[in-house]
Amino acid sequence: MSEPSRFAPAVGRTSAPLVYDVERGHIRRFAEAVGDPNPIYRDEEAARAAGHPAIPAPPTFAAALRPNDPREGLDIDWKKLLHGEQEITLHRPLYAGDRLTVVGRIAEAGVKETKSGVMDTLVVEAVGSDPAGAPVFTTRSTVLVRR
Amino acid sequence: MKVGDVIGPLEKAPITTRQLVMYAGASGDFNAIHYDEPFARAAGFPSVIAHGMLSMAFFGELLSSTFGPHRVQRLSARFRAVTFPGEVVTVAGKVIAVEGDTAVLALTATKKDGTVTLDGAAIVSIPV
Repeated sequence: MSEPSRFAPAVGRTSAPLVYDVERGHIRRFAEAVGDPNPIYRDEEAARAAGHPAIPAPPTFAAALRPNDPREGLDIDWKKLLHGEQEITLHRPLYAGDRLTVVGRIAEAGVKETKSGVMDTLVVEAVGSDPAGAPVFTTRSTVLVRR
Repeated sequence: MKVGDVIGPLEKAPITTRQLVMYAGASGDFNAIHYDEPFARAAGFPSVIAHGMLSMAFFGELLSSTFGPHRVQRLSARFRAVTFPGEVVTVAGKVIAVEGDTAVLALTATKKDGTVTLDGAAIVSIPV
């Protein structure tokens, strides 16, 4: 367990901020892809009738507001990449019309022994903040790289 | 809402490769393992595999149809098994803790053969 991660030097690396305007068309496309028929994702009147100030984003939509990838330039074989875990924290609800600045960061790097062998792990965090700088969402994605 | 309450099950339509292309576009996850058969085979899979995040979005659908999307404060998932086009995923949840206006749920995504593909947890605010 003392083996250092080959990605350790990249921990703390952040990506250039990326600005998103949360668009209702994007929310609709996301709901369509998921097969979520809820009209609040398509129709502003339905959203308002359900008590929302605007069209809301589905709970995992924040993960679609991807940061510039802080893993850029790392030696990763994408064929060997597995998504291990994901966490999405919504500090407040996300709505069409929000403007968010998203920054990615390599939060952790490690080595994990699994039943399928030794793998390198990377945790990429992304924080989306409103124009006042208040965080709206935080996502944490743990990926495993098979050797 | 009390401990032991169940939400779902929500059985989704069989996953299609077309859906994976749609999800790739909507989510920005263009890893070719989700739509390029030769690439997926080179990675050791018999065919393309579904985005784990697509099944996590099924958790999102279950939660938002039950509580409303604005009530979801945190959602987490562990991806335990892959899902292929043609397979049916069913998601369900159970309340495991309630404290004040917050409930914690345990979530599972399961294939028809019983394989658990994701387990997850959610923290939602509930009307008191």
